[in-house]
Amino acid sequence: MSATDLSDHGHDIRERFGFWRRSYAMVVKEFIQLRRDRVSFAMIVMIPVMQLLLFGYAINTTPHNLPSAVLLQEDSDLARSVLKALENTAYFRFTREVHDVDEFDNLLKSGKVLFGVEIPRGFERAVRRGDKPALLVAADATDPVAASAALGSLGMVVQTALQHDLYIGDPPEMPFEIRAHARYNPAASSRLNIVPGLVGTILTMTMLIFTALSVTREVERGTMESLLSMPIKPVEVMFGKIIPYVLVGFIQAFLILSIGVLLFGVPVLGSLTLLALLSTLFITTNLAIGYTFSTIVQNQLQAMQMSMMFFLPSILLSGFMFPFAGMPVWAQYLGEGLPLTHYVRIVRAIMLKGATVQNLQYDTLALAALMLVAMVIAVTRFRRTLD
Amino acid sequence: MNGTAGNGIAIDVKGLTKSFAGREVVHDLSMQVKRGSIYGFLGPNGSGKTTTIRMLCGLLTPDSGEGTCLGYDIRRDAERIKRQVGYMTQRFSLYQDLSVRENLEFVARLYGMRDARGAAGEMIKRLGLSGREEQLAGELSGGWKQRLALGACTLPNPQLLLLDEPTAGVDPKARRDFWNEIHALAAEGLTVLVSTHYMDEAERCHEIAYIAYGHLLTHGTVDEVIAKSALTTYTVTGDDLNGLAAELTGKPSVDMVAPFGTSLHVSGRDVAALEASIAPWRDKDGLHWQRSHPSLEDVFIELMNRSKDNFQ
Repeated sequence: MSATDLSDHGHDIRERFGFWRRSYAMVVKEFIQLRRDRVSFAMIVMIPVMQLLLFGYAINTTPHNLPSAVLLQEDSDLARSVLKALENTAYFRFTREVHDVDEFDNLLKSGKVLFGVEIPRGFERAVRRGDKPALLVAADATDPVAASAALGSLGMVVQTALQHDLYIGDPPEMPFEIRAHARYNPAASSRLNIVPGLVGTILTMTMLIFTALSVTREVERGTMESLLSMPIKPVEVMFGKIIPYVLVGFIQAFLILSIGVLLFGVPVLGSLTLLALLSTLFITTNLAIGYTFSTIVQNQLQAMQMSMMFFLPSILLSGFMFPFAGMPVWAQYLGEGLPLTHYVRIVRAIMLKGATVQNLQYDTLALAALMLVAMVIAVTRFRRTLD
Repeated sequence: MNGTAGNGIAIDVKGLTKSFAGREVVHDLSMQVKRGSIYGFLGPNGSGKTTTIRMLCGLLTPDSGEGTCLGYDIRRDAERIKRQVGYMTQRFSLYQDLSVRENLEFVARLYGMRDARGAAGEMIKRLGLSGREEQLAGELSGGWKQRLALGACTLPNPQLLLLDEPTAGVDPKARRDFWNEIHALAAEGLTVLVSTHYMDEAERCHEIAYIAYGHLLTHGTVDEVIAKSALTTYTVTGDDLNGLAAELTGKPSVDMVAPFGTSLHVSGRDVAALEASIAPWRDKDGLHWQRSHPSLEDVFIELMNRSKDNFQ
């Protein structure tokens, strides 16, 4: 009755479509705010484009040209034919020649090569004598996806090698055999590969967000103004914000690793202390990067989006999901710039291969360098005034 | 230069200018504040008070101009100034999710006080916050929040307090207590620069400055400011003051007509011309005219009206 009592007809209509009017008012307001937030707007465009391009161009689940080492104990025509045949499969690319077995093992442990081929001394003569000698191809099988196609191609290699070479009479049967040795993960269990990688992935996600929000939160709550008016330096603010989360990250890492070991039966072959130390380094690197983001963005939404922008390529390009060696060179370079890439190598190497700090020098230094770069950017980006 | 230089001047700045995105917010501002005095900073919203205060404590860098704060150069020695200055922001800027005690301990530790816990405890007693020390700062009422904020910025024993509209939105009782506290601090030798919109607070200051549209228009003691304005005010009481106000507004030399409760203030700088303009209404029935002194508020509103014409 109240609506009809009012002579103002407009009021009557407004009441009737109240639901739509109010929703519309909200929609208009949200659009205005979205338009003001340029960074969010850019992310709306960039996240899907980046994701598509990375998936489309960088990801390859049957990788070729995998880095391999060769231990050549005999320089014969047959040996060269075998290596040529291996390269012709397009799966192997010989990047290093080693001279003893230790070197061979170290390269595999550190992840610098995925395969090692050993041509034994007296190989050609043994073949000519009909001794059927064995040729060892050792594979880093921590990532079953990367290794399996290449190992599957080995059967053809003997034939190809013989076509090119040899007139050892007709080969009624195999004059030599290729013995494939899938190291570290002989059962090709993808669980063994994924669980260690997950440690890094989960840590990346949580650590980034912890610190990415930290400075923007102070700005948004208005506490930054009084903080800046007090005698504290940017480096001090940074350490103060990072250190508590190192502990949090450490607890988290411990939790994931415990579950991995106890529930999924993932071994820890290497030193636990080394794993703990390098995990702490990795945690700190991520916290420093998150903190850097928070000195760049203007609000918490942007901080979340920027973390996503970083997290996505980390998953796709680090070798966690897809074989690192299978990516095109440009994607590998991008990947080297991501802490997760190095940590995935470290954690797999320590847990599955029992790697030592000597095997992991490069990745450790890379992590430390990334951390320092992030910290320097953060400290210089941190605004000491409200200008 | 030395922070305790005994020249008796706490703030001495010349020609401070600051622009944001091409808009000049503070223009060629010079001021001197004596040590141990309470200096009131008045002016309409957006007049540049906050910007000036932020330049004084090193939160903003002036585009041009120079000066010292506690004897330290405001451009080069921001870090040293920060150690000796307590700055209370306009918006509550302590951690809402920390308790009263935790907030105070945080400040005490930041300033490197030896016994942070003890200092915080003493401040809680001084503020009368005993029994509330474990309450979260965000849950305090407006008046308590403001007391806590004052406590936090006086905790490290600063020599200068910069208070940016500290009593906005606080009830009269809390406001009075707050001012008593400020006077007590000044008596201990602290210099206080306080911005405010309230006239009664301005009158509690030893000296005041009025700033509008980035220009410092007048300064001095309250009496000096009133005298300098050379304003003559008539107070009118009677019937239909609204009608009278409408008729008088815009008459020559009637610079300002403002209702004050049941009376009307009619002011002008040129006494003779003002009296000529109001003459037709002087003997009207039901109106009672009395020549009086302008209040501080009359002076400020008149200054503001005038500066609007000059600078906008």
